[in-house]
Amino acid sequence: MASLALEKVTKSFGKTDVIKGVDLDVREGEFIVFVGPSGCGKSTLLRIIAGLEDQTSGHVRIGDQVVDAVPPAKRGIAMVFQSYALYPHLNVRGNMGLALKQEGIPKAEIEARIKKAADILALDALLDRRPSELSGGQRQRVAIGRAIVRQPKLFLFDEPLSNLDAALRVNTRIEIAKLHRLLGATLVYVTHDQTEAMTLADRIVVLNGGRIEQVGSPMELYKNPANLFVAGFIGSPKMNFIGGAIAAEHGAQTLGIRPENLEIAADGPWSAMVSHVEHLGSDTYVYVEMAEHGLIAARIVGEALHQPGEMVRLKPVPEFLHLFDENGLALPRPA
Amino acid sequence: MRPARSSPARTGLVHLALIVWTIVALSPVILILMNSFKSRAGIFREPLMPPTGSTFSMIGYQTVLGEGHFIRYFGNSLIVTLVSIFFVLLFGAMAAFALSEYRFRLNTALGLFLALGIMIPIRLGTIGILQMMAASGLVDTHLALILVYTAQGIPLAVFILAEFMQQVSADLKNAARIDGLSEYTIFFRLVLPLVRPAMATVAVFTMIPIWNDLWFPLILAPGESTRTVTLGAQLFLGQFVTNWNAVLSALSLAILPVLILYFIFSRQLIRGITAGAVK
Repeated sequence: MASLALEKVTKSFGKTDVIKGVDLDVREGEFIVFVGPSGCGKSTLLRIIAGLEDQTSGHVRIGDQVVDAVPPAKRGIAMVFQSYALYPHLNVRGNMGLALKQEGIPKAEIEARIKKAADILALDALLDRRPSELSGGQRQRVAIGRAIVRQPKLFLFDEPLSNLDAALRVNTRIEIAKLHRLLGATLVYVTHDQTEAMTLADRIVVLNGGRIEQVGSPMELYKNPANLFVAGFIGSPKMNFIGGAIAAEHGAQTLGIRPENLEIAADGPWSAMVSHVEHLGSDTYVYVEMAEHGLIAARIVGEALHQPGEMVRLKPVPEFLHLFDENGLALPRPA
Repeated sequence: MRPARSSPARTGLVHLALIVWTIVALSPVILILMNSFKSRAGIFREPLMPPTGSTFSMIGYQTVLGEGHFIRYFGNSLIVTLVSIFFVLLFGAMAAFALSEYRFRLNTALGLFLALGIMIPIRLGTIGILQMMAASGLVDTHLALILVYTAQGIPLAVFILAEFMQQVSADLKNAARIDGLSEYTIFFRLVLPLVRPAMATVAVFTMIPIWNDLWFPLILAPGESTRTVTLGAQLFLGQFVTNWNAVLSALSLAILPVLILYFIFSRQLIRGITAGAVK
């Protein structure tokens, strides 16, 4: 049974089409991540699922119920916002309990649910504090707690980590993944960060310009991107794209190769000049300038001693070549 | 070593300008206060001198308070001002919320229409207003003044509050909607407390012209029972003889309530005026 289904959903603001027909089925208990560049419509889509925005056409189904005309509070969802959106006049307990109070759930039950959520998120000591007395990470945990206590059919996360600093972001990411395993709930998560998408998702939905470019598991998207956009968006540093004669040799318009699939070897077919080297310790990114093709990144494991200005030869690993036709669509791999 | 970003000369000039401005702004008030404590002879002989042993006199205050009606005039002014502020804030905030929160046709046009009231003085409509009040039997009632002042205050209130309400996080309102709060609860419990500084700003800017107004009380409510302080003080201004002691004392007393209201709002006000200027 699909726990969330979008059917031909579109959204226009005036003459601008923001969502141009999206179909999607989300399975029970799945962790789905919407990812895409800013302005691709991922947040709008989430707001349509939440009921904060009305779709222009199409249907939204949550569980087995069409919710097109159901107000947000009655959709059986809970949402976590980028800015946390905690009620400034209520303490942590009040923030977590407000929705339950609105639903008319008995006090003892509310207390029990808050207690349970506070245990999971280590918020016990903070229950009587106001949001202004909490740190960013704590606020985010309260926002998540506020979602958990509702026991929703569907969790919606709108870029929940964007306001946290880098170290906290990694920790919270792990927390969210654990939480999803613990609750087993269906979860839709919006982010512009492909690393978050790769690390968290069961399936990633790549959006661009109001359309779904590809849906699939992180490794599916990584290994078999359906088109140039997905190929360029997933993975860091970006996949290298090479056109012209080299691509034509392989019968394609564009040839893609990920940085880690490029070796620097004396017998490589492509010649290039090193223009910049980044040492990360575990890896070295070597950026080379290739005539006609511009900057190409190669990722060498460990330390690689190359100097800017040095001439090197690049050798692609043939089984990791990606081929794209003139419309940017992926061609079948050469056997 | 001198701090890099201040020089005594520049700081001195800034302070000089501020001091001059303060003197210019305060001197009429001080003049009134000083002279209200002097005898009639003292006022005329040395108008710029503070009260001395020989010129000190409380005769003005005795006249004003002895007159008996003045307490009532104060009451009238307070009722009219406070009720008007209340309605201006309530309706202004509601309109501002609608304009800033909901997308609907003619939203911008409606906002501009409401802002028009800032530029067009309500006094231009005095004759029409008087006819309306006369026709509906509201002349010489508090309600007549309250209605006019509410209308007069709303445009600025909408203008300022809409600006502030746009800054209230959309996520917060959406979180409340998902939690099942009604739009009214969102407005009263979430948004209003967050724009409190702006409300105080609007309250002060609304209050002062209402309290000081002479025009509408004179035209719409000159009767004894609804007379306001500013109008009441005019009683002592005769065509031939003016009781200056009483006039000055009445004006001095009239400063007090606004001053008290101002202090109540001022803590919020400073935050309101400077909000946005510094983050």
